Amino acid sequence: MGAAIVLGLLVAPEDADQGISQRIFYIHVPIALTSYFCFGLGAWKALLLLWRADQRYDLESYVAIHQGTIFGALTLITGSIWAKASWGVWWTWSSNQLVLFLVLFLFYCAYFMLRFSLEDGPRRARSSAVYALFGIVLIPVSFLAIRLAEDFVHPTVFTREGPQMTATMFVAFCVSWAAVTLLAYVLYRVELAGKRLDAGLRELREAIG
Amino acid sequence: MSGGQYVAAAYGAVFVVVLAYVAIIAAKLQRLERETVELLERVRPSAREEPAAGRTALYAGGVLQGSEAEGASE
Repeated sequence: MGAAIVLGLLVAPEDADQGISQRIFYIHVPIALTSYFCFGLGAWKALLLLWRADQRYDLESYVAIHQGTIFGALTLITGSIWAKASWGVWWTWSSNQLVLFLVLFLFYCAYFMLRFSLEDGPRRARSSAVYALFGIVLIPVSFLAIRLAEDFVHPTVFTREGPQMTATMFVAFCVSWAAVTLLAYVLYRVELAGKRLDAGLRELREAIG
Repeated sequence: MSGGQYVAAAYGAVFVVVLAYVAIIAAKLQRLERETVELLERVRPSAREEPAAGRTALYAGGVLQGSEAEGASE
């Protein structure tokens, strides 16, 4: 993570159009991609739960979606700051990419409302899994919205011709992406271990009486 | 605000959110550790006391309980 910050803030050259504010790109885009990945992982685990009826996937799906929501919130925060620096506004409703990401984020926020409104058990696990699977439809729509839209407000740097940036910028981006993905993975494992320990202790307490 | 301040704000926001998340997870793990110790304390004394208190010994006339049983077994 330290290497990613150094590369993004100090090594990568300054963008000719946006100036120094473009450096937000090295943290904003990797976080957004990690958020998509976490939501996708949550949906995949939900599918495994419905397919194999193994309850351990319920916790894995929940933790992945929780991670996705945290990284989603960070995407919106860093995106807003970048928007203010580049466009002069904190938010614009005219960009489909922004609005669709907000819809995706709110959809998965509602996942927690659904989950905690039901009693713990297989019914909650199944309902949460079905809901998580519905959200998977929004991920490619949100991801591809920028290419489908014609507003040109949100910049596109990855085109069919490749990344529209210098080699140093691309290396800084790749290192940042790897660092954020690693961070998400570590946080996922730690939270999952904590949740499993909590569930195990609850069972043990009930067994002891 | 200048461009540099916006960049600092973006990176700072990420740092603060990740730090808060780690702090919450650390607090939760500490709570789990405390609960584990509590459960261990609940189990350990009973594990030591149960054999003495609950020990029974059969003898010709009936059943001896607790310390009587211990004396009988010796």
